[in-house]
Amino acid sequence: MLAEIFSDYTLRIVSIGSILLGIISGTLGTYAVLRKQSLIGDMVSHAALPGIGLSFLIIGSKNTEWLLLGAFIAAWIATIIVNTIYRNSRIKYDSALGMILAVFFGFGLVLLSYIQKIPNANQAGLENFLFGQASTLLERDIILMAIIAVFTIISVILFWKEFKLLSFDSDFADIIGFSTDKLDLILTTLIVIAVVVGLQSVGVVLMSAMLIAPAVASRQWTDKLSIMIILSSTFGALSGVIGTIISSSIPKMPTGPIIVMVVTIIAFISMLFAPKRGLIWRRIKDYYNKKELGANMVLNNLYSLYKNHGEDFHPHDLDTICLHHTGIIHSKRMLKRELHKLEILGLAKEYENGNWAITQKGLDKMESIFFEDGRDIV
Amino acid sequence: MSPQLEIQLIAILVATSCALPGVFLILRQMAMMADAISHTILLGIVLAFFITKDLSSPFLIIGAALMGTITVFLVETINKTKLVNEDAAIGLIFPFLFSLGIILITLYAGNIHLDVDAVLLGELAFAPFNRLVINGVDIGPKSLYTMLGVLILNILYISLFFKELKLSTFDTGLAAALGFSPVFIHYSLMTLVSITAVSAFDAVGAILVLAFMVGPPATAYLITDNLTKMLILSPLFGIISALSGYWIAMYFDVTIAGAMATMVGIIFALIFIFLPDRGLIANIRRRKEQKYEFALISLLMHLINHENSPIEREEAGINTIKNHLSWDKEFTQEIIDKTLDKNYVYIKDEILKITDKGREFALSNYSYIVEQD
Amino acid sequence: MEDYIVKVNDMTVVYHKKPVLWDVDLKIPPGLLMAIVGPNGAGKSTLIKAMLGLVKPTTGKTTFWGDSYEKQRKKIGYVPQRGSVDWDFPTDVLDVVTMGTYGELGWIKRPGKRERDLAIKAIEKVDMLSFMDRQISQLSGGQQQRVFLARALVQDADIYFMDEPFQGVDAKTERAIISLLEELKNRGKTVVVVHHDLQTVPEYFDWVVLLNRVIIETGPIDKVFTEENLKRTYRSSHENLYRKRDVM
Repeated sequence: MLAEIFSDYTLRIVSIGSILLGIISGTLGTYAVLRKQSLIGDMVSHAALPGIGLSFLIIGSKNTEWLLLGAFIAAWIATIIVNTIYRNSRIKYDSALGMILAVFFGFGLVLLSYIQKIPNANQAGLENFLFGQASTLLERDIILMAIIAVFTIISVILFWKEFKLLSFDSDFADIIGFSTDKLDLILTTLIVIAVVVGLQSVGVVLMSAMLIAPAVASRQWTDKLSIMIILSSTFGALSGVIGTIISSSIPKMPTGPIIVMVVTIIAFISMLFAPKRGLIWRRIKDYYNKKELGANMVLNNLYSLYKNHGEDFHPHDLDTICLHHTGIIHSKRMLKRELHKLEILGLAKEYENGNWAITQKGLDKMESIFFEDGRDIV
Repeated sequence: MSPQLEIQLIAILVATSCALPGVFLILRQMAMMADAISHTILLGIVLAFFITKDLSSPFLIIGAALMGTITVFLVETINKTKLVNEDAAIGLIFPFLFSLGIILITLYAGNIHLDVDAVLLGELAFAPFNRLVINGVDIGPKSLYTMLGVLILNILYISLFFKELKLSTFDTGLAAALGFSPVFIHYSLMTLVSITAVSAFDAVGAILVLAFMVGPPATAYLITDNLTKMLILSPLFGIISALSGYWIAMYFDVTIAGAMATMVGIIFALIFIFLPDRGLIANIRRRKEQKYEFALISLLMHLINHENSPIEREEAGINTIKNHLSWDKEFTQEIIDKTLDKNYVYIKDEILKITDKGREFALSNYSYIVEQD
Repeated sequence: MEDYIVKVNDMTVVYHKKPVLWDVDLKIPPGLLMAIVGPNGAGKSTLIKAMLGLVKPTTGKTTFWGDSYEKQRKKIGYVPQRGSVDWDFPTDVLDVVTMGTYGELGWIKRPGKRERDLAIKAIEKVDMLSFMDRQISQLSGGQQQRVFLARALVQDADIYFMDEPFQGVDAKTERAIISLLEELKNRGKTVVVVHHDLQTVPEYFDWVVLLNRVIIETGPIDKVFTEENLKRTYRSSHENLYRKRDVM
């Protein structure tokens, strides 16, 4: 497992794998998040473990396809059990989810510990499923992922309006004749496949992040579902590639944690800086709005002084201009700064004794603001 | 004390300590938050270790528990931004923190290869640092006393704040109006969960913690929704799961923690399926019966309504009644047969008439069915 | 008036052993505005949902023009409660209204120009044209309600079911909605509305269903919407049931 030296080939494989994973989990994660089923990924990835173990025990091969098949079946059964529990008792969805997650995973551990005792059974391969080791991806794994990615994209395109409707208003979907049971089945199956496929790169514990973080990130940048899906895929893919490169340069570092850090950071950055929704973006905009308001206020004052003196470009001293201040301008120094800004824009002019007056250009600007806003600012 | 006995005792303490706050977790729908906490305390342990450089420092537990509280706080903060929904907030934070923990361990934990057993069974934090061979199933008496302390803490907390917990769980608005800060209850409960999780984590691993915090309470909830009864049943189921899990693990020579978690599931499944009256099998049977039951009562009430009225011949005639009940022919016949069978009804002049037995049956069932909650 | 388009027979809906609806018989005549009223928990929403197949009844069936719901889907429009969706979903007004055409398109087919035009017409009808490209999270309560309404209008149904469409809307929107419903009625459509405001029932509606887990009374407003009946409706259902069955 000392994969310190990367041949180009490995890097290539891993990058492609990451990109494919990003596409799959980004796309399907978008639906999971929109349907408020974010944590289903966590449950599925943990529930997959006994499937992997059983598959190895029964078939005896560590070929990814078999392990993934076992993982898929186990996860799928877990999903059905969760639904059965919360539809047929007063146990709530999150409790059912958490319990099945822990129970299945525990059972998976039982199987693993059993396997450990079998001579010749090398734990290492199965271990990688915990935290992910993208460098173990083989060409055949990539091919499998590619098939799944294509399948996912086709499904999403084919059932575009159906999935959208299902996620937005499933009751209405039922009413107009789309069997939500069937659609839910398709979507959930795809999600289970996505999670299972991602286990190799990111591992059991962290796979849920690959479904959630890219979707959270992309939501901040757009209000259109189509763009959201494309962005999610991109973020997912990007994190995969960057994460793998970084983790490969650190000895013994599994890829999962690094990829997750990268994608979560992308999500945080999006939540802070994306236009319109970003928290810091909003603060900065408010700040500039205020500043602009400040400058406008000063120009306003100059304008009213102009008007009050019979439309005369007579300059006034700072105190007079200050008299009109509305609280945004707090000090003479701040006033001077604003005036100088206006001067740069040619809207005000400083006279000999430190007095200021509005210019013709400033007048024109005021008139234009009047008409633009349609309200009386003076 | 033999190691076997020690282990089982610790297991009982763990099961009980987890099952108690777990009751509130599932009632408040915080199960997945507990899942998150059980992962993020790893980071807490790592950070605390970096500061104290001492494995046996109690500060480790405090630091890790603190991490749990911080996790809750971070999730709440993200929730407040309204940019993300609640479940996504949880799914965003805990993998991030957990990854951080793993990265730190890998970077600063020397050459120790992460052992599967270690990760899953709780020695994750210590295996990389601690050179002693720690057999995954052998737990020293230190844990015994730690868990005892934690159990006492849980019992104290729940007893002390019982009415506040009860109120804020079932009626947040009222709780706030009465001055019991739901926020305080929320954070203090989650901190308790963190402390419990950390101590149990040390003994039996992250996964078992979650299993015990959610499974036994859920099993109890299937049986009753009375809080006090749940607080008794939940640890009971926890203990049964723990002990049976231990013995199965011994027999098959597999991981104890995993076996216990599996038993949690199996016991839940047994109750879920076979519980008389509320279990799955009982439900399926009842749904089938209900259709007939309601139809039966409808028929009888129909007869009562039109008893001795001028249109009785039409309303209750054996051939015409199906028109008035709007059932199809076969179903109507089936129900009529049932009523005849049970002597609720007799036929006179081609009219169905209700017997006293039938009258009694109909009225008592009717009032039961339509009783307000 | 004997020509009923919707018939509900013997409908009982049970939730964990307790009936939410018990033995409901209902006949809906065409071409009028009908209100379903009753106290909280009376099963009003459940009634509509059970009729439309969203909830499975324990017994009973509903026919639309003598046929099952599945066969008559295209003639049935639905406006759910506003709180039933997450309005932060990434979609705009036009998109949501276009969803009303999905039923006719069937599986896989994409909405095209025809569907878009239909949607725009419906948006115009509810006076939301200038908000067509607006993200739905930026709409007020009344605007959201209108979007749902438009979506139902696109379905061009013969009967519309609406669940509390006046809940939490401003007066202007309420008036707009009511005039829209009047227009539908004039075109021969039927509108069934779960309504929460007793004051406006006589003003807005022609027909009323008084429901409190059982049907208390149903019929034309002037005959049925009386103080006596309302008292019965808003009393405990236990008493009602005995009264109705006359067994005391």
